[in-house]
Amino acid sequence: MSAKTLYQKLVESHTVASLDAENVLLFCDLHLMNEYTSPQAFAGLDEKGRGVPIPGQNISVVSHIIPTHNEAPRKIADPASLLQALNLKKNCVKHNIPLFDTNDALQGIEHVVSPEHGMVRPGMVIICGDSHTTTYGALGALGFGIGTSEVEHVLATQTLVYRLAKNMRIKINGQLPAGTTSKDMVLNIISQIGAKGAIGYVVEFCGSALEDLTTEARFTLCNMAVEAGARGALIAPDKTAIDYVLARCPDITGEMKDRALAHWATLYSDADAKFEKEFECDASNMAPFVTWGTSPDQAIAIHANIPTKESFKDPVEKLSLEQALKYTKLSDGQTLEGTPINHVFIGSCTNGRIEDLRNVLTVVGDRKVAQGVRAMVVPGSGAVKAQAEEEGIADKLIAAGFEWRKPGCSMCLAMNDDVLSSGTRCASTTNRNFEGRQGRGAITHLMSPAMAAAAAVTGMITDVRKLQGAINA
Amino acid sequence: MHKQSRISGHAAALRIANFDTDQVMPKQFLRGIDKSGLADGLFYDLRFDEAGQPRADFFLNQPPYASTDVLIAGPNYGCGSSREHAVWGMQQFGFKAVIASSFAEIFYSNAMGNGLLLIVLPEDQVQALMQEADDRGAPVDIAIDIENLTVRTQKHEFKFTMSARHHRMFLEGLDVIGLSLKYKPQIDAFTQKHWDAQPWVKDVARRTIDRLA
Repeated sequence: MSAKTLYQKLVESHTVASLDAENVLLFCDLHLMNEYTSPQAFAGLDEKGRGVPIPGQNISVVSHIIPTHNEAPRKIADPASLLQALNLKKNCVKHNIPLFDTNDALQGIEHVVSPEHGMVRPGMVIICGDSHTTTYGALGALGFGIGTSEVEHVLATQTLVYRLAKNMRIKINGQLPAGTTSKDMVLNIISQIGAKGAIGYVVEFCGSALEDLTTEARFTLCNMAVEAGARGALIAPDKTAIDYVLARCPDITGEMKDRALAHWATLYSDADAKFEKEFECDASNMAPFVTWGTSPDQAIAIHANIPTKESFKDPVEKLSLEQALKYTKLSDGQTLEGTPINHVFIGSCTNGRIEDLRNVLTVVGDRKVAQGVRAMVVPGSGAVKAQAEEEGIADKLIAAGFEWRKPGCSMCLAMNDDVLSSGTRCASTTNRNFEGRQGRGAITHLMSPAMAAAAAVTGMITDVRKLQGAINA
Repeated sequence: MHKQSRISGHAAALRIANFDTDQVMPKQFLRGIDKSGLADGLFYDLRFDEAGQPRADFFLNQPPYASTDVLIAGPNYGCGSSREHAVWGMQQFGFKAVIASSFAEIFYSNAMGNGLLLIVLPEDQVQALMQEADDRGAPVDIAIDIENLTVRTQKHEFKFTMSARHHRMFLEGLDVIGLSLKYKPQIDAFTQKHWDAQPWVKDVARRTIDRLA
């Protein structure tokens, strides 16, 4: 038998039929849905009189449109958004699909909710009408985003017509230095390989730098792989991943647990498996990273300078730099450190988990949110919110001047009423700094939760290591 | 999806790299439960200023470009969110094809599944088409032969490729779900075998929700 990558093993074990040289019919173990990329899929099913044969492998979460005001019960004021939420419920009831509804205590962002309750298990294929489904690679599950027509296809067949990807290996050696996180790691890597550096590939992350990363830190890494164009991201499940899963899966016990462990032990790339593309880097050289432009690959280390126009030979890249700087109102060659900010947003499927909030508190300490800065914390889920409140994180952040809000996607894509006004500059723990993403004319700087916390208490983009005493101020 | 073997019309250039689906179809247009009205949202921030007035300097607002059928775009077109609304909006506006040196994967799959033809050409050929559009200062006449996989303008003729499956889908106008449902017996057999081997993945969402209730 020839050597295989982890990706190839996962695809092979879920292939119902080979359709042609490039496409297979792929079985999907878990399908997540939200309120805004599923309505037309359900409508399509109804039009053709098709049902959902295996509803128990599907789950829905109201996440993108949901208001985050601190009120109970939550009310969706926008009529169109309310209709989407009601429509999702109607469709889930009709097809017997489990739902985390608007006022469910465990509601939250789909990519935070599903792993925290043990729905993500190594070796699964997981899909969702949302591009950040790559998150689940952190547990050795193949996750990827799909469009609405494909949502309809999965509902009707529990399979997907799937175009096979190529294999890319990203090896990260060394250890992250103090003050840096997996968010800095992934921004660093994307800035090197580019926003299209992994198009057509499923990326497998490996290397010594991963050993020290917690599962939540790995979620952040895999979550943002899509920002390099990756069709999926994988990390071979190790003890860290398996302990995380078993702690959340009380149904996996006894003989079933032995079988599961035996299966999960096979989930790795064979030593001589072939990767069509390789990239290697050293985590020990990494520093806190911040984006300066309008694409996640336009990022630099906090102490570095924005590239100059002259440094680009490629006319397309040079034009991109000029277009991006015009939007972000920055100049080529300048540093980001000291740039005043108006807003801080901490949350999203990238960085809205409990460890992220703990990191924020560590940096904030006894400091206060700087005058003139609005700082919002939106936990990734009801469970994250409850835990942060139990640990006293919420009270301390509120005392420091942060807004403590209800869970949801919120200002990551600003599809609810959390929207920034034009010209506002935001330090954000999210995944996309596209033009208009957080509000028309609003400027987003992507960074880690620790860096966002540093920005909140200083009112400007700041090297968090200076607050931590890791380097001299 | 309907049958398509040829596309002919006008092409124009949009010189922006990594043009994301937030820009193709901003979030305020994603609040529907059907596919209607998406032409209004297409490229909204580029087409309209903050007061909602058409921007005179954006090409689609200039009369000769009002009926652009084919977009010649920068690399990694359609990156970002998985929103298929971006594809529906382009089609409702009248676009039939996009030419670029690369496309984001989810967008590619969304577009081709809906019959919006995406053509991948090497960057130098894309640049040549953009140059032709610049030189002309007006939309370029373009003819795309899907059957023989060629793009032809007055100055250039380029070959492109696509998977055999997508080729068939365009030429025959296939219903993908209908085709996949023909595999129902294989899907059922696979499911049973898969669950026997890995009982911990069976009914995973339902069992989790029941446990949490």
